[in-house]
Amino acid sequence: MFSEGMFSLMGIGLLETLYMTIVSTAMAYFFGLPIGMLLAVTDKDGIRPNATVNRIVGSIVNVLRSVPFIILLVAVIPITRFIAGTSIGSTATIVPLVIAAAPFVARLVESSAKEVDRGVIEASLSMGASTLEVVTKVLLPEAKPSLIVGAAIATTTILGYSAMSGFVGGGGLGTIAINYGYYRSQTDIMLVMVAILVLIVQIFQEIGNIISNKCDKRIR
Amino acid sequence: MTQTPIIQIKNLNKTFGAGEGAVVALDDINISITSGEIFGIIGLSGAGKSTLVRCMNLLEKPTTGSVIFDGTDITSLPDKNLRHIRQSIGMIFQSFNLLMQRTALDNICFPLEIAGVSKKEARVRAKELLKIVGLADREKAYPAQLSGGQKQRVAIARALATKPKVILCDEATSALDPTTTQSILALLKELNQKLGVTIIIITHEMKVIEQICNRVAIIDNSHIEEIGIVDEVFRHPKTLAAKKLIFPKGDISEELTGNGKLFRLVFDGNAADRPIIANMILKSGSPVSIVFANTKKIDDKIFGHMILQLPESDEKVRQILAYLDMEKVTYEEEKYDVQ
Repeated sequence: MFSEGMFSLMGIGLLETLYMTIVSTAMAYFFGLPIGMLLAVTDKDGIRPNATVNRIVGSIVNVLRSVPFIILLVAVIPITRFIAGTSIGSTATIVPLVIAAAPFVARLVESSAKEVDRGVIEASLSMGASTLEVVTKVLLPEAKPSLIVGAAIATTTILGYSAMSGFVGGGGLGTIAINYGYYRSQTDIMLVMVAILVLIVQIFQEIGNIISNKCDKRIR
Repeated sequence: MTQTPIIQIKNLNKTFGAGEGAVVALDDINISITSGEIFGIIGLSGAGKSTLVRCMNLLEKPTTGSVIFDGTDITSLPDKNLRHIRQSIGMIFQSFNLLMQRTALDNICFPLEIAGVSKKEARVRAKELLKIVGLADREKAYPAQLSGGQKQRVAIARALATKPKVILCDEATSALDPTTTQSILALLKELNQKLGVTIIIITHEMKVIEQICNRVAIIDNSHIEEIGIVDEVFRHPKTLAAKKLIFPKGDISEELTGNGKLFRLVFDGNAADRPIIANMILKSGSPVSIVFANTKKIDDKIFGHMILQLPESDEKVRQILAYLDMEKVTYEEEKYDVQ
């Protein structure tokens, strides 16, 4: 069953999966990080409370987060076609992955930012820091260890989503697992794919934890 | 010490919340703080002192009233100007509030970055300040590697970085042990004398006030009860709030028996070398009970402090008081709470 052809197929699948995961995570942070900071800053206990902004942005985030990914994947096909030109393949899958992951990332970032000690924020305000300076010089650097742990969680979640996209021809290990394992009932191939996915998740999570601990100056 | 006020607080009120749930934190506060002094604000927890100090740099926005800093009413300033003014008002906190992910040196550079000072200049200044607070060898340490006293020293250096005119200390020694408290207070006093920076200290500990403050305001129940020179307030506390703080209630306590009147005596340094109480008892021929006694050092002068219960006979009391008058000992009848 594991012919040479199968091995090269798996190799390509692995690369596609990593490509989708890493690019989608990066783009999800590009959108999600500012949105998360906006949510933390405009919160009623934030440095610039703004109930209206907070509620509107918060609702959009919640709506996007409550749509199951497999449904979102199909629902945004027109948008995917518009942006990527096609709805099939790993590049196309990046579009729904980012739409699904950015709100999730925003919530992760928001919760990391809220962990920063209120007293430190107050101290920086007392020195005359502006809202932007508090975000860039206090919230982001002070929350860094927690943000990195969050990024590891986001990456592994996006990896899981990317496998799900195999059902609609998204490419990567998920597609192989579904095409061979599910449609052709080759359970062994499916199990191997699952094992590889588990391994990647472990590696990403471990890397995240190590970096987070390394850069956290509160310990030792 | 010049007489120009650096901070004036006029008719300041602060209410949290609105409607029925509203809580009045500060009620008609009027204070004028002179440039170069060390001004203490003392009160029990919940009295409103922390809110008051936060109103001085507008971390807390007063509901009504004005805060005048160096001639400018800062309550009506636009955000940008207020941020600029805040660079002239340093602040230190009970929990230090250092950036945990920055070294001691970088923490001190932080306010300078905000003020737009170049990185190179900031580092030079930060190193100087570390030397001033006695931590020149710990510039690369992270806050987690420093002791409480060292963290507060870094915080003081940070507060001084932008050469402020005023330093606000919000319970700055409350998280420290007595020895460390002494050394931090000594440092503040030294900075006050060397740099002429005005220091405003919020505390619930009389000891802190006695040790370094020139003047004190006593705040109780959202009101300023009394303001005065520390040894004056100490000798003649006028209000119940002041008395409560100077002699914590537990010290005079319930164990009192007998109906004799209570008198509070204050001895200054020049009475300390004569056996006044012993002579007083010999002269009047009647024993007294000492209910409370201690000595305090205020502004480098030693004050003795004693509460006596005198005999019930009015005649004896008159004799004793006449003797005290002769010896020029300050006394005052204590009318408050024996029971």
